[in-house]
Amino acid sequence: MPMGVAKAVQPSQQSSYELMSTENKAMQDDPSLNPAMFWVGDGESLWQQKVGLQSKSCSACHGDAKKSMRGVATQYPKLIKGKLQTLEGQINQCRVGAQSAPALAYESKDLLALTAFIAFQSKGMPITVSENSANAAFMKKGRQTFNERMGQLNLSCAQCHEDRAGLKLGGSPIPQGHPNAYPIYRLEWQTLGSLQRRLRNCMSGVRAQQFEYGSPEMAQLELFLMWRARGLPLESPGVRP
Amino acid sequence: MKNIIQHRRQWLKQAQGLGLIALGLLANPLTVFAKKEEADEAIKKIVSGAAIREGKVTLTIPPLVENGNLVVLKVSVDSPMTANDYVKTIHVIAEGNPLPNIFTVYLTPRSGTANITTRVRLADSQKVWAIAQMSNGSFWQGSAETLVTLSACTEMV
Amino acid sequence: MSKTSRTSITMPATAKKDSIIEIRAIAQHDMESGFRYTEGGKLIPRDIIRTFTCTYNTVEVFKADYYSGIGANPLIIFTTIAVESGTLEFRWVGDDGYEAVNQARITVS
Repeated sequence: MPMGVAKAVQPSQQSSYELMSTENKAMQDDPSLNPAMFWVGDGESLWQQKVGLQSKSCSACHGDAKKSMRGVATQYPKLIKGKLQTLEGQINQCRVGAQSAPALAYESKDLLALTAFIAFQSKGMPITVSENSANAAFMKKGRQTFNERMGQLNLSCAQCHEDRAGLKLGGSPIPQGHPNAYPIYRLEWQTLGSLQRRLRNCMSGVRAQQFEYGSPEMAQLELFLMWRARGLPLESPGVRP
Repeated sequence: MKNIIQHRRQWLKQAQGLGLIALGLLANPLTVFAKKEEADEAIKKIVSGAAIREGKVTLTIPPLVENGNLVVLKVSVDSPMTANDYVKTIHVIAEGNPLPNIFTVYLTPRSGTANITTRVRLADSQKVWAIAQMSNGSFWQGSAETLVTLSACTEMV
Repeated sequence: MSKTSRTSITMPATAKKDSIIEIRAIAQHDMESGFRYTEGGKLIPRDIIRTFTCTYNTVEVFKADYYSGIGANPLIIFTTIAVESGTLEFRWVGDDGYEAVNQARITVS
């Protein structure tokens, strides 16, 4: 196989931000250049929008998002009432449970906008997902998925993103694959997208059956990935190639 | 040019071995792009037979691009930008896109500078041209070349 | 049928008379190139912003024609001379009845 075999010398944790060109870094860092900011603006409007049978907005319960959502995105996925919730999952839980409104589809403009707006409130803050007795079983499953070979190419996440991080695949360096910038404006998609969309791209890359959006397997993998990225500052909403 | 071809063959071989190219890329109907001839035609149309001089125009694109969907492109034309001597228009033409014209800007003596930055799509590694017309009618050109690589692990086509 | 989207302008609010100011204008728009195909092999029609203009107290000071090769969520950065206080208006017009307008005030002293 024409891939490097040896472990590349890598810092223990590195955001894929470091692998980007100067221009793409600037695109992420400067709000006047980052296309993702449009979705943050949309999310800010949606936060105030009265929806559902009771005509309730997010702000009715959560007030000013700058205060109430500060630090929130750094804690997800997390156990809420026994269920492992991703940020998108919790937004939908609020929609259905508290607002009596229909759930938002994954990758829909509205769900992306709300996710971007909420994640933006934690920009710069370190990811705080930890391993504990409550999430241990889910963490174990997520860790297993990360280390398990999958797909027609029979590759595990670890084989690229642990063992070969820093080595080149085609023209580009392989990142460690931390989800610390989501949702991202991916140049490949020419739009904003979620971590789950990106994970599905990874799976199609190795010709594996993709996990479904909103599935428990996705949440477990996200949990492990966020734990693996603990301490890295959240860059949301990021820009990536 | 030879280096670019060698590099792409090497990359295609490597990526095919890994099966990580989306199948759609290999059978892409867009592989027949506007070639240099179409770009030349577009430029001919702009200048309608007038001479094009080299100089004054600086076109800047990153020499290596990780994703061709959004590439920062800067054009800068050396001009005093006074009422008597200013840049009237700048056309940017690509040699390797399905359509050669990318954008045109119209400036005035009130522009202050003839510096423009935008973000363009580059379908493939290629040469890009910037043609500027001055207030006295003269045409000037500059160009830049870039290598466009492709992201791994994309959407299933 | 008319449609519109968010736009964003970044420029200084104040400037010295006759100084050169930088303006950044970006619109939220997919800029569907007209060269993409659906999974079934059908061509997706072009749907892009075609022109962008900037007027300064109603005088046009800048114009750009966009083609399919302009990236999604099109950004343009250009300059103009801060001749006087007033209002700069920015207009994007595109396929399928798309139109967006934004404004910014500048105080020149």
